[in-house]
Amino acid sequence: MAEREQIRKSSSSRSDDTSVEEVSSSSAKKGDELKAELDDLLDEIDEVLEENAEEFVRSYVQKGGQ
Amino acid sequence: MAITKVLGMETEYGIIIRGSADANPVAASSALINAYVSERNRRVGWDFEDESPGRDARGFAREGSMPPEVETHLVNAVLTNGARYYVDHAHPEYSTPECADVYDLVRYDRAGEMILADSIRFASKFLPPGQSVVVLKNNSDGKGNSYGNHENYLMDRSVAFSRIVAGVIPHFVTRQIYSGAGKVGCETFVPGDRVIDFQITQRADFFEEVVGLETTLKRPIINTRDEPHCDSRKYRRLHVIVGDANMSEVASFLKVGSTALVLAMIEDDWFARCGKDFTLRSPVGAVREVSYDTSLSTPLELQDGRSMTALDIQWEHLELAKKYSESFGLASVGGDRVGQDILSRWEDILEGLESDPMSLARQLDWVAKFRLIEGYRERHGLGWGDHKLRAMDLQYHDVDPARSLFSRLGMETLFSAEEVRSSVDEPPETTRAYFRGKCLQRWASSIAAANWDSIVFDLGREPLCRVPMLEPLRGTRAHVESLLASVSSPAELIEHLGS
Repeated sequence: MAEREQIRKSSSSRSDDTSVEEVSSSSAKKGDELKAELDDLLDEIDEVLEENAEEFVRSYVQKGGQ
Repeated sequence: MAITKVLGMETEYGIIIRGSADANPVAASSALINAYVSERNRRVGWDFEDESPGRDARGFAREGSMPPEVETHLVNAVLTNGARYYVDHAHPEYSTPECADVYDLVRYDRAGEMILADSIRFASKFLPPGQSVVVLKNNSDGKGNSYGNHENYLMDRSVAFSRIVAGVIPHFVTRQIYSGAGKVGCETFVPGDRVIDFQITQRADFFEEVVGLETTLKRPIINTRDEPHCDSRKYRRLHVIVGDANMSEVASFLKVGSTALVLAMIEDDWFARCGKDFTLRSPVGAVREVSYDTSLSTPLELQDGRSMTALDIQWEHLELAKKYSESFGLASVGGDRVGQDILSRWEDILEGLESDPMSLARQLDWVAKFRLIEGYRERHGLGWGDHKLRAMDLQYHDVDPARSLFSRLGMETLFSAEEVRSSVDEPPETTRAYFRGKCLQRWASSIAAANWDSIVFDLGREPLCRVPMLEPLRGTRAHVESLLASVSSPAELIEHLGS
């Protein structure tokens, strides 16, 4: 198991040194950015979505695949 | 030493004819490919001399096993980029040319999407008013029918097939956490009252066996088709049917890059040398357990009594791969630059999955799709069974950039659109696909047929002249560019090759 602990060092070390704050603030920032982008996309997505979703989904049958 | 992992990828695309009550997918697939080849290429047909999908790598055929039939009557073309473009059963299918590293492979797979999108445009002129074709790069219709995205890896024939099987299964089961394309719902029976609203992969529902020859029913994690399309005394082609088609270039890169490395490690017996064995107690069940758990926390039971999550097993594979690269180098996966990129990408993705999978929304298909659909669901208060969500799942994979939801998500790319566009017409430079593609560009009218390991020239006299290409790494730009430049006709080429 010693080896296993060594493997996980890169991830576990994040929680016990000073870089924790940096990591969490940068990932929080990235998270906010992603969320804002998603919100924008959701605002406009209905324009491109299949109009008759039910018919589209119902009629799609794809047999004979590997 | 492990041999160079020459790579290929075959994608069966889903096809929908909108505006037609009795649309025929075979006819629509043929129309697409015919429209493409008549617009872009002179037609050169596929040569079926080399096809034997019923040959089994284990050296026998199991009773009742069903190899797919080779359909020689349907449209089948070879393109100037060295790829094959054809109708397989009721799908348009694109096989990349042979590629010597994973960057080339992903680029040529993306070129395939562009070729399908071009085909739709060309074919639209011939469709009756009110009809249009939609093509999806996914693996399921959501009704229990699946179609494949098959990876191919060149391997050393002298390595026992049983060692490959044992070594690579844990990787196939656990790589799903980054290779999955995501899916709303579930298409198989799940015991108990468990409901799967969203799962990591398209394909997990369809795997029922560990090892086998079938590809259309009772699909196995390891497919035993033994059809190397090259010198069968030296090589085998591992035909991998267990993966999802990726829209994300990063996911595709890591899926194939990590697998090429793991297979090189198996060739050099690295797992045994390191005393590592991740054999799973129930691999088929584990494929589904991994796919059904977006929290990535389900422990999998190993044969030796340990239990590890998919993420644990991937971390251990990565660490073994790093040590392997220090001892054996990275030549087998395309050299140091490519190999180091695979290793660092692998580590970044595993770290992201460990800290917060949702942070990989620009890298992984399943994460991008999940966030989009979950966001829409929450905003509109929809249940997971709502048709809108299923339609969004399908539309994520549309090859038409104007309709594709994937193309709106700002995903990280490895190539510019121009680089992908050039791969639509130009062959890769570092495999025999170069010779195939260049001959087709110059002399299509003198080529009677072509396939992976030969080109048949028609020089206007009997008999036809077959040029064998049994070595995947011969016929590269470095080998044949000056020869091709020095001849002015196929007859002259044949003369030089014969001398």
